[in-house]
Amino acid sequence: MILAATTNESLAKMSDLLIYSSMAVYTLAFFAHIAEWVLGSRSKVGRTAAALTQQASTPSVTVQVKQGGTTSVLDKPKIVTRSAAGTRDVPDGPGAAGGTVQGDLYGRIAVSLTVLAFAVEAAGVVSRALAVQRAPWGNMYEFSTTFSTVAVGTYLAFLLAKKNVRWIGLPLVTTVLLDLGLATTWLKTPSDQLVPALDSYWLWIHVSTAIFCGAVFYLAAVATALYLFRDSYENKLASGGTPSAFARSVLERLPSAASLDKFSYRVNAAVFPLWTFTIIAGAIWAGDAWGRYWGWDAKEVWSFITWVGYAAYLHARATAGWKGRKAAYIALIAFGCFLFNYYGVNIFVTSKHSYAGVE
Amino acid sequence: MSKTDTTETERSRDEAAGAQLSTAPQEETAIGGPVLGVVGWIRWFWRQLTSMRVALILLFLLSLGAVPGSLIPQTSADELKVQAFKEAHETLTPVYEKLQFFDVYSSVWFSAIYILLFVSLIGCIVPRTWQFVGQLRSRPPGAPRRLDRLPAYTTWRTEAEPEQVREAALAVLKGRRFRAHTAGDAIAAEKGYLREAGNLLFHVALIVILVAFAWGQLFKSEGGKLIVEGDGFSNTLTQYDDFKSGSQFGLDELEPFGFTLDSFHGTYETKGPQRGTPRTFEAAVRYSEGGGTEKKAVIRVNEPLKVGGSKVYLIAHGYAPVVTVKDGRGKTVFHGAVPLLPIDNNITSTGAIKVMDGYRDKNGKKDQLGFQAFFVPTFAGAGQGTMFSQFPALVSPAMALTAYYGSLGVDSGLPQNVYQLDKSNLKQFTDESGNKLAKRLAPGQSMTLPDGAGSITFEKDIKEWASFQISQQPGNGLALAGAIAAIAGLTGSLFIQRRRVWVRAVRGEDGVTVVEMAGLGRSESAKLPEELGDLAVTLAAQTPPSAPAPEPAEEPAEDPAPSEEADK
Ligand code: HEM
Repeated sequence: MILAATTNESLAKMSDLLIYSSMAVYTLAFFAHIAEWVLGSRSKVGRTAAALTQQASTPSVTVQVKQGGTTSVLDKPKIVTRSAAGTRDVPDGPGAAGGTVQGDLYGRIAVSLTVLAFAVEAAGVVSRALAVQRAPWGNMYEFSTTFSTVAVGTYLAFLLAKKNVRWIGLPLVTTVLLDLGLATTWLKTPSDQLVPALDSYWLWIHVSTAIFCGAVFYLAAVATALYLFRDSYENKLASGGTPSAFARSVLERLPSAASLDKFSYRVNAAVFPLWTFTIIAGAIWAGDAWGRYWGWDAKEVWSFITWVGYAAYLHARATAGWKGRKAAYIALIAFGCFLFNYYGVNIFVTSKHSYAGVE
Repeated sequence: MSKTDTTETERSRDEAAGAQLSTAPQEETAIGGPVLGVVGWIRWFWRQLTSMRVALILLFLLSLGAVPGSLIPQTSADELKVQAFKEAHETLTPVYEKLQFFDVYSSVWFSAIYILLFVSLIGCIVPRTWQFVGQLRSRPPGAPRRLDRLPAYTTWRTEAEPEQVREAALAVLKGRRFRAHTAGDAIAAEKGYLREAGNLLFHVALIVILVAFAWGQLFKSEGGKLIVEGDGFSNTLTQYDDFKSGSQFGLDELEPFGFTLDSFHGTYETKGPQRGTPRTFEAAVRYSEGGGTEKKAVIRVNEPLKVGGSKVYLIAHGYAPVVTVKDGRGKTVFHGAVPLLPIDNNITSTGAIKVMDGYRDKNGKKDQLGFQAFFVPTFAGAGQGTMFSQFPALVSPAMALTAYYGSLGVDSGLPQNVYQLDKSNLKQFTDESGNKLAKRLAPGQSMTLPDGAGSITFEKDIKEWASFQISQQPGNGLALAGAIAAIAGLTGSLFIQRRRVWVRAVRGEDGVTVVEMAGLGRSESAKLPEELGDLAVTLAAQTPPSAPAPEPAEEPAEDPAPSEEADK
């Protein structure tokens, strides 16, 4: 890392401009998503209700033999899947567009705008890195901009992999705007070099994985929160109640509770080893910088709490009586700890990790 | 009656097929107490402690218990802050002290939580390991009677003989690294044992990390030393400014080495809003091990010097102006660098210069001198109204001095702060007009004490000092090994699916062979049907297909695979 490098003013200005531009595009994406939800509302609803009330009378899934006629050309055999006993067989909702052409059009526009905003924001982060000639993770402004870039990037990667995740679009874009709003006002820090303690290749390793984990944990947390709503909705339907019009319109269009739950579990479980690695990398760095790898500093404590929180979540899912909603609450608490570690500890608690750049 | 019988056996067979896909302890649903005396109670307690539910609760308590330590100042981290907190909160302090809130991480209750958790962990791992070894030594369970009830299922008809199909299936499954065997009319196969192995490895690694941490705490030593440029240090107890060690540390375990600080160099941001922010700190040293040859090294903030099992960290730095004090007869009674303590980011520093012996006033009477020093590396300029430094580097240094005489109080036996003057037995010099004597000096300038009491010179040569932490902590390597094992185990545990596949081939009523395949995993996964499909294609390609079976009478469900869609 070149320490004597002077901040490149024009690059830094360009980075700021790019970040502001990405906010403008995200705002457009936000409105496009809103249009998708509003125009998609007059859709065929009641899929869930139909599935739940029909279920009892549906015959158990029939065996299906699949073969390409009488010729010897063999198609892929048809695999019949069944849900585990005791779970509801509910189809996923049709998505925000509600199956309407117009809603779908706006949804596609929203995704395209998100792609554009992502590209602009990523360019903003990269030019910031070039301007300061180091990893762009020296203060909270830089963490926040990278954080939302990674969250949106992961979402787009899921979309690209043809996963059913467009329902995250609206909450994600909303929070990205919030995050960037905070970053560009309250957390704004002029581009600059790092204090010596941050000048280490561990910065690249430890901070990049921490930001990545946070961004992906966030996507899982959105899914978990939506799972809780959707699950109540399905419970109400299953017990013969009538959910509110809002629930019927909005929750109906989300994936089924089981799908949301599975999504958040997969994502959390996939990120957990990386989060473990992040803490260990931090400990190794602390060992080099401060002479002890673990000293119960506030930041270390809250990383540990977050880690134990997610471990508890994974355990809960393997413990009878704790699956489902209870495990979901634990996942949300664990993510809350992550957020507190980021905002709370950086700003309100004095810690050896006080690099927030916020006075 | 016979109907219930078949469903009973069916169910137990189905359960057996799915059993032992993991070694997680069985949850006991009834929470009734035991009825069997003391042994029964102990058994009951042990079963509770090693259950998943209690492990979960202990994990909760552990994270909850860690919270207060991050919000309340901790003795282990910052004693001064604890002191300040105690002074500011008179009512809370006794409560906090009772609860050991100033030493959370070594408190009785926090230790109790993690010790219970680790006892539970060991109590959980040992039986699970045995169970797992048992599973590895036995064979995958036979096929349940109704394969079509399993999460993933497929079937087709073939002209091949059932035995042929089974043989082919065995070969295909073994080729895919399944553990497979023939059980009756079906092949039973299982794969993904690494999941369980990884999980056990992870939990064992947690124990290794805890042991390494505890070992490190018991045998560590840690001391601080402030060194002025040109001075040296050798690693013996008496040389330390402060020293802490674990209860099992023996002083003879201090590594025999020494080093000299040749120079300290700091650079700072010179422009922009972050002007003055430190950029680099480098301490150039020469060190030797056990009297061996000297080697050169540079210690930086993230780059400690490693000598044997010890590490030398650069912790802080400051200035040490060189001063010369002459007594009433013109004799030099003090000459040397005086380390001063920084009080702000621009290294405005304060300290004391103490002349303890050798001083005589103009009448030849013995006395002691003390100077209060206030030093700035970058002076704002005369008339700027501030004696605070404007920049951390030596741009235009200045030092303000006030002079005292009398007893420094160093003989009182009480430990003294080297950076402060104990003024209780000191008198301040006054000038001719009776004002207290104080003067701001530029390098090279002197202050003459009144009545021929001597002089003090602020030499042009200003040194820097650096303070170092020298620590020795065993167990780091073990902790690292545990950490790596933990990640490896966790990855195996979370990314590998353990699953079973059964292939049944029987002759149908019309004499054509019917092949049925089904898969079962720990959780519903999109991969399982995919893998089953893959296997089925491979197997079907080896067993010539026959005419399709008559279409089932009932319509197939419209969307039989909701979970598959959700997985995408
Ligand atoms: C030091 C505290 C502990 C931590 C941090 C911890 C962490 C974890 C994690 C992260 C997993 C997830 C891996 C997976 O889902 O496969 C897991 C699984 C598991 N843990 Fe622990 N654990 C701890 C203590 C315990 C204890 C005391 C028990 C015994 C009661 C236990 C039993 C299990 C079992 C059976 C699984 C496997 C669950 C499954 O197969 O899904 N753990 N643990």
